[in-house]
Amino acid sequence: MTPTLSLKDIRKSFGGVTAIQNFSLDLFPGEIVALVGDNGAGKSTLIKIVSGVHLPTSGDIALDGESVSFSDASAARSHGIEVVYQDLALADEQPVYMNMFLGRELTRKLFGLLDKGKMREETQSLVDQLDVRIPSASSTIRDLSGGQRQGIAIARATHWASKLILLDEPTAALGVAETEKVEELVASLKERNLAILIISHSLDQVFRLSDRICVLRRGEQIGVKKTADTDKNEIIAMITGVHNQ
Amino acid sequence: MTKPINAIKSLDLQRSVIYFGFLGIFLFFAVILYDDGFLTSRNLTNIVLQTAPATIMAIGLVFALSAGEIDLSFGSIVAVSALSAAMAMQSGPMMLGVAAGLGAGILIGAFNGVLVAYLRLPSFLVTLATMGLFAGVARTMTDLRSISVLNDTFAGIFGSGKLFGVPSLVIWTIIAVVIGHITYRNTRFGAHVLAVGDNARAAQVSGIKVPRVRLMVLMLCGATAGLAGLLYAGRLQAAKYTLGESDLMTVIAAVIVGGTALNGGKGSIIGALLGSLMMGMLNNGLILMGLQVSDQMIVRGLIILLAVAISLRDVRR
Repeated sequence: MTPTLSLKDIRKSFGGVTAIQNFSLDLFPGEIVALVGDNGAGKSTLIKIVSGVHLPTSGDIALDGESVSFSDASAARSHGIEVVYQDLALADEQPVYMNMFLGRELTRKLFGLLDKGKMREETQSLVDQLDVRIPSASSTIRDLSGGQRQGIAIARATHWASKLILLDEPTAALGVAETEKVEELVASLKERNLAILIISHSLDQVFRLSDRICVLRRGEQIGVKKTADTDKNEIIAMITGVHNQ
Repeated sequence: MTKPINAIKSLDLQRSVIYFGFLGIFLFFAVILYDDGFLTSRNLTNIVLQTAPATIMAIGLVFALSAGEIDLSFGSIVAVSALSAAMAMQSGPMMLGVAAGLGAGILIGAFNGVLVAYLRLPSFLVTLATMGLFAGVARTMTDLRSISVLNDTFAGIFGSGKLFGVPSLVIWTIIAVVIGHITYRNTRFGAHVLAVGDNARAAQVSGIKVPRVRLMVLMLCGATAGLAGLLYAGRLQAAKYTLGESDLMTVIAAVIVGGTALNGGKGSIIGALLGSLMMGMLNNGLILMGLQVSDQMIVRGLIILLAVAISLRDVRR
């Protein structure tokens, strides 16, 4: 099977500082891979490279077997890669449906005016499908709870992603019940054959959600483990570099 | 579940302030000044005519504030535009005057916009500086003299003319409000303006060209101020450096009272129209009441303060 995303020997340095090196990872459709590591381990740099914010200093990125190079975030987006940012990147005073289509608004043929009806409809059917419970597609983001907002951000990524979704700490700001709901939502994305790369500080969450775990430490890839074949102690040892055996 | 309920409350309050304020002031003057002719169609038409330039500038300002920027220089742009138009028409045809007036406005707006959008200087400071700068330019253009506009066609179209019995200033107001409202509510540009003012980072990662939006709203402010300058020149059949000087407070107050947020992401063109008409009624009514100019300024200032305080009050805080 061709991996959705294939990273080979990725290296990125800023001036003389190496943020990440020797990083290789294949991500398959319908697979959730968790990226773990301490602060400054290079997780964010890696996300930025895959989402087109940074160009790698060296190394290859391939999507469905084809080598690609993104000049900016729009280029990555047009290849079917979506990011759910930690701050969600939602416009709080605007309705849900305008956020769903932010920067990609639907217009009518006549005078190029916005087609609000269609955006509302598509938004409603998407949140219904994904079981994101909000009062309506016309609700203002400001009036929604943290979990609902996260749901909207993920639904937006799902709507536009054809290949890959990058999730940066999707539940960092949520309560227990809301976290559970968001995890269900993320797990349900597997059925859509999307590849998912998730950054999380919660190892419990990583073990609940992921198929494989990739550990980074100080810009180096320590290893990739199948979640079913490892345990928390091993992952913690890999993250910290301290072995208790 | 208290959140949505509070949200509805604050939304209702902020949205309805302008309608209640507008109606309240109208009824107050209608009763108090009935014998002084406030309600005559001539006086009411006069209010609309006098507020036309302010209403049109308010539309530009709604876009700027919604995008999280502000323009303080539009008063000076009015003077430069009116003088440019009048000077161009001293020897040239009307179209040259229109092009000079609008062109001057758009150019100054672009100057503001480039500094704000691409050099990342705060629009408050940039336009505060260009307000002074172009007030000076307006004074040097004619050595403080006023110049008359002798072109009758221009004076008709931009001033005292009528089309099917409707004064041209009313027509300009309606055209500007309709185009402004549709652009604001129903185009991608309008949506991008709101997104940039609401959350610039979200707009940027969504592929919206944020600097371009900032440049555009400040150019739009310049364009509306340019048009306002033409309307002043047309109505007075003359241009002077003092034109637009006193519009800054009126226009900002009209826009804020009309429900546009000072920090971006939210606004209303119809609200700005009503806000502008409300300011016009206030001016007109206070004059009819026979107040001294100094007293008018005090009362107007207090009423604006009250209206702004109510419309900015956030129930949830």
